[in-house]
Formats: sequence, structure tokens, C-alpha cells
Amino acid sequence: MKLKLTTLALGAIMAAGPVLADLVLPSLSYRTGPFAVGGIPLADGYADYFTMVNARDGGIGGLPVRVIECETAYNTEKGVECYEATKGEGALVYQPFSTGITYQLIPKATADGIPLHTMGYGRTSAKNGKVFSHVFNYPTNYWDAASVAINYLLDENGGDINGRKIALVYHNSAYGKEPIRTLEELAKKHGFELSLLPVDHPGQEQKSQWLQIRREKPDTVLMWGWGVMNQVAIQEAANIRFPMEDFIGVWWSGAEADVIPAGDASNGYKSLIMNGMGKNYPIYDDIQKYVVDTGKAAGVGDQIGTVLYNRTIYAGFLAHMAILKAQEIHGVADITPPMMRDGMEALVITEEMMAANGMPGFGPEFEVSCENHGGPGVGAVQQWDASAGVWNQITEFKASDKSIIDPLVEADSMAYAAENNIELRCN
Amino acid sequence: MFYREAGDFSTTYPEDSQTFPIRFDRYRYYVVLAFAFLVVPFIINDYWANAILLPFLIYAIAAIGLNILTGYCGQVSLGTGGFMAVGAYACYKFMTAFPDLSMFINVILAGLVTAIVGVLFGLPSLRIKGFYLAVATLAAQFFLVWLFNRVPWFYNYSASGQINAPERAEFGILVTGPNASAWATYLFCLIFVTISALIARNLTRGSIGRSWMAIRDMDIAAEIIGVNPLKAKLSAFAVSSFFIGISGALFFAVYLGAVEVGEVFGITKSFLVLFMVIIGGLGSVFGSFAGAAFMVLLPVLLKVVGVDMLGMPTDIVAHLQLVVVGALIIMFLIMEPHGLAQLWRLAKEKLRLWPFPH
Repeated sequence: MKLKLTTLALGAIMAAGPVLADLVLPSLSYRTGPFAVGGIPLADGYADYFTMVNARDGGIGGLPVRVIECETAYNTEKGVECYEATKGEGALVYQPFSTGITYQLIPKATADGIPLHTMGYGRTSAKNGKVFSHVFNYPTNYWDAASVAINYLLDENGGDINGRKIALVYHNSAYGKEPIRTLEELAKKHGFELSLLPVDHPGQEQKSQWLQIRREKPDTVLMWGWGVMNQVAIQEAANIRFPMEDFIGVWWSGAEADVIPAGDASNGYKSLIMNGMGKNYPIYDDIQKYVVDTGKAAGVGDQIGTVLYNRTIYAGFLAHMAILKAQEIHGVADITPPMMRDGMEALVITEEMMAANGMPGFGPEFEVSCENHGGPGVGAVQQWDASAGVWNQITEFKASDKSIIDPLVEADSMAYAAENNIELRCN
Repeated sequence: MFYREAGDFSTTYPEDSQTFPIRFDRYRYYVVLAFAFLVVPFIINDYWANAILLPFLIYAIAAIGLNILTGYCGQVSLGTGGFMAVGAYACYKFMTAFPDLSMFINVILAGLVTAIVGVLFGLPSLRIKGFYLAVATLAAQFFLVWLFNRVPWFYNYSASGQINAPERAEFGILVTGPNASAWATYLFCLIFVTISALIARNLTRGSIGRSWMAIRDMDIAAEIIGVNPLKAKLSAFAVSSFFIGISGALFFAVYLGAVEVGEVFGITKSFLVLFMVIIGGLGSVFGSFAGAAFMVLLPVLLKVVGVDMLGMPTDIVAHLQLVVVGALIIMFLIMEPHGLAQLWRLAKEKLRLWPFPH
């Protein structure tokens, strides 16, 4: 009885939405839970970018963009609920910013014909567009990150890291396990010793892992952490006086909120980056003018210009460009998810496009193709300056070792295709 | 007016001992069943199936399982998440090892494997009880999750450590995988729920259920009157784990499709199911359903009211939800320790006299 009454009430609410032409972009955010420290700037950046686009350009192709936020708390079950709740609204593309939810959505979104964009996270082998028709992970992915980090170490050590001890501290989940295979291959190629130290979800307990690091004294520690795990790891590293210069995080472990709790002790910590940093881009004038000054900033509005905020500004920009491309290909403004997919597959990002949007040099130039959904796979290294409180980019954007990654992508995606009887595309 | 036994004569013993002895109640039950089987499949959509009905049905099975162990047999367990994980991984291994096996058989085999694991972890219950047993089952929870993370054989050596449910059809209709239609997955789970509830109801009012309750109420007295504690406790662990295993298998194969053990079957899952049992009502099959419905629907309802109707920020609503659920649990424990099932019983008493209470 009770169930049925609620059923009716919910049904009535859901049927009562207005029908207007707009471009719907769901934001599966997580402003609560152990990963909120990363989720809040990500959600703010995505929302603010499209608030700015709506105010500045009057939407995209004349249609306003509607960002629907749905709280997942980084939980896959809630992620599924959010997906089901928002897909009926005409969702054009999903960007869950959670590898767990991405794995959940890959088959579902593909079956529903809705594209999924997972930049720098998610399933790496989704790069192979022949197998994953609706999943895109341009401009870069985890395996590129692993390779870029090792390449950085090679550069630092004159091209020879034979016999070096490298430890990987990782979140014990699909996310943290992603780089292991690549690192193992790289270990074979370059002759370094790899040791693996899993940290269980959510990551507040790391005493034993760092004790092991103190005992084994690795030359370098790599970290695949997220949310609360990052702060704890950096604090623990400081506690055992591990040299911060030899501690490198992935691009999800290199935000301000990760290093500030450890204070001066985190000085010199390094992490990877995949897009521009800081507020020195013309787009921030637009954000100030159209979003902040009009009081429309998402959240509390205190995240603007941080590392992760910039990441979703970039994510928003890529979605923006893909929508423009889709509108151009199909000649209609009110695009559908399959059209959006075509737009993403034909996406070309040039320096002029970034500059025209106030983001010169924000990311790499690249072209997406039917075979390659992964972009160029470049990354750089940044270093934290605790006294100034800023990240400094210390290397150029460099490409990863494709001779290692491409065969791995091929093998993993083909295994997925065989498991799920997927016919290869792009022939 | 409702639920009156007046004019309702039973002439045989089976009639007298049936689950719904009052005619009105019995018809209501048939109507609910008919509605669930014959109407809902035609009106269900993806959102209703995946966000509300599937989790409700699957959690109901888990709650029935835990209710048998905790509510009927009095053995506190915090290992529900771990046992659900056993069901999920067993189902996955059967699905991938024997691709031609029917999904019904896969799920039941997963339940049986979980029953064996449950009996193993139930062995300490013969020596320890109360809080100490809770700690022992907590160990099961952590050990099982660690095991599925640690041993690659369980996840078929996949790079991500995740398990993904391949597509499986039943009578030519897909029930797992992304292309399965909402009504098929719903009906598949509904069949398991209905049969589980029937089995649970009939076990708990039979001799084995009475021996469980005797152990729950006073184990020494039960032993003196001839209840074998070994048999009673281990059978409770076996039956409970069987249901929990089935729910874990469905949770993985039908509902989520891809599972990461540490996140999906962590300690929070154990607590969630325990809350369902406590809020729904210990020692009641109906309570398991009520508790599952409450814990699944409340967050969705709060979200719909808060975010979609009132336009509140999503994070405020998420935090509010924690506050409301926490407050409700405390309120229930203080004001109605027997849970929603007891409220339902009281409502029936009131309805019997309505509209002329004396």
C-alpha cells in the first residue's frame, strides 16, 4: 500500500517536467562523502563553465545548456540511480568523474546510445573505438599517466632507471589497479623494481603501507589516490620523512586540497597534470564577469582557479566543442545523444579553438577518430611550492611510450570484445 | 471493519494454520501478488526498475536472510556484505565457467555456495554469542572482501579487478547485461523474492523455525528441552546465507552488472541490511519487506522532494538524508523497537474496529 502510494506520488512528479528545447548535460557530482574534496571543485567547474556559456554566448547554437546535478557520493549504486533518473531528460553525454561508475555505465550507456566521456580516468582500453563505440577518453588516460611518470624519471636519471625501486601506492579499486599492468610492462622494459601497496577504500588507513615504504626505502613512490586518500598519504609521507621530490601522484592526486593539510612538509611534492593550471587565462575574465559577479557561481564559489576546477572547465570546453561539431555535422541545433556521439568522434581541437574560447594552450591539440577515442595521451609534471602556495609546472607536455601502451590497449579491448560478443567497427 | 474474523470459519487444520487466516487479509495478499506479477511488468520503465524496484526486491531477499539469522535465531551478524559478495562472485564464476547454464540455476548455486561459506563462519557461534559473535562475523566481512580483492582467480584475472556480468537469457529473454529490458529483470527478481519469502515463512513457522526461536529466547532452556544448538544455529546460518547469497548474486548479475567488491559489498552494506531488519521488525518476514522498502525509498523520496520539487542544492539534500535516516533509526529504536512490522500489526488492530472504536 505504502509502496503504491509513493509510486503514484513519484510518478506524478516525474511526469510534470516542462518540455523545452535545451541541451542537457547531467553532472554526476559528489559533494558529499570521502571524495567530496575532489568532487566539489569538479562539480563547480562543470556547472560554472556552462553558466558562463549560457550567459556569454546565449547557449550553444542558440540553445541553452541545462546542467542537471545529481549527487552520487562516489557510490556506484547512486550513480546508477542518477543515470536512470537523468537519461530520460535527453542527456547528451555523461562525465561521471568516477572510474567505478564509469565501469558501471559503459555497457548501459552503450546499450542506450548515449556517449560517455571519461578524460584521464575510466577504462583505459576504451581508447580503442573499434570496440567501444560510445566511450571516449580523450585527451589522455591512466596508462599514459603511468608512462609519462616513468618517462619523467628516465629524463631525471639520464635515461637509466635500471635497478631503481619504485613503489606504487594505490586505491584498492578498479581506479587504482588500472596502471599496474602498464607499470609491470615498463618495469620489464626499463629494469626497475616495482612494488605494489594497495590502500583500502576510502583510504584513511595507510600506516602499514608507509611503514613498509620506510622499511623498503623505494627510490620513488607513485600514487594513484583520490579524495581523502591523497591528504593522508602526503601526511604519512611527511611523517616518515620520505623526500617529497621522489613522491609523484597521478593527476587526481595533485590538487591544492591534497597538499595544504600537510603544511610546509608537503613542499616539493610532485604530480602529473593533463591541462592548464592557474587563473592566467582570458576565460577567467568571462567567468568572473558572467558567473561570479552575477552571483551565479556553483557551490560556495571558493574553488575557482584550483587544479580540479580547471579540469572540469576543460571537460566542459571539450563537451562544448563536441556539441558544436555535432550541430555542424547534422545541421540541427537540438541534437540527440547519437548525434552528440558523432560530434565527439569527429572532434578536432586546435590551438585556435582554445584561444578563441579564452583558453590558449590549455590542453593539447588533437583529433578524435573512429579507431582512436583516446587522443594524444600527453602529460606534464607539476611541483608544489608550499611557501607560495602554488603549483609550478616543471616539465613540458610530453607523450607517453606508445610502444608499450598500444599493444596493451589492443589486448584488453579485444578481450572485452570477445567476452561481450562485440563486432568491431571502423572497417 | 477490515481484518475482521467474523464469519470466517475454518473447518480444517490447514485452513486454521495458514499464513493469512483472515479472508480479507488473504485477498489483499492475492491482489498485491497479482498486481506485482501482472500489472507492474507492463507499466515499469528503466528508472523504476533500476532505481527503485530492483534494489527493493534484492534488499528484501537479503533482509529476509538476515532476519532469519538475527530476528529468528538471535545470532547477530555483521557479515552480510561479505556473504553477498560470496553470492556475487560465485554467480560470476558459474556464469563464466558454464555459459550455457540457466540463470536460475546459477543464482541458486550461488546461494548454495554462500550457504556453505555461511556455515563455516557460523561455527564460532557454537562457542561465542552476542557482541563477540558480532565481532567474529565482522571478521568474516573483512576477510571475504580482502579475499576477493587479493586472489585474481575470483575475478578471472581482469586488469581492473572488477567482475562484469555477461549477457544471459532465460527462455530467450535477456535477464542480465545492459540490453535486458526492465520488465524481464524485474520479473526475474520478483520470482526469487516470492519464492524466498514463501520458503522463509514456512520454515519459520515449522519445527526448525521453532527451534531457532527457542535458541533466540534462551539457549540453555532450549538445550534442556531437547533443541540441538549445533543443528539449530548452523541451519540458521545456512538458510540465512543461502538467501543472502541469492541476493548478492542478483545484486551483481541483474541490478548492477559490474561490481567492485570493496565498494559495493563493504561494511556499509552489512549495516544497511541490519538497519533494514531492525527498522522493519526483527522476526518478521513482512518486516523485511517493509525495512527494505523504507531504506530504498526514503533516499529517493527525499531526493525527489528536496532537489526536484524544492530546488535545494544536491549536497544539502544528501546531508539532510543522513540526518533524517539517522534520526528515524533512533526514533524507531526508542518508540517502536519492534519496527514497522509492529506498526502494521497495530494498524490492523485499529482497522478491525474502525470506524467504531469503543
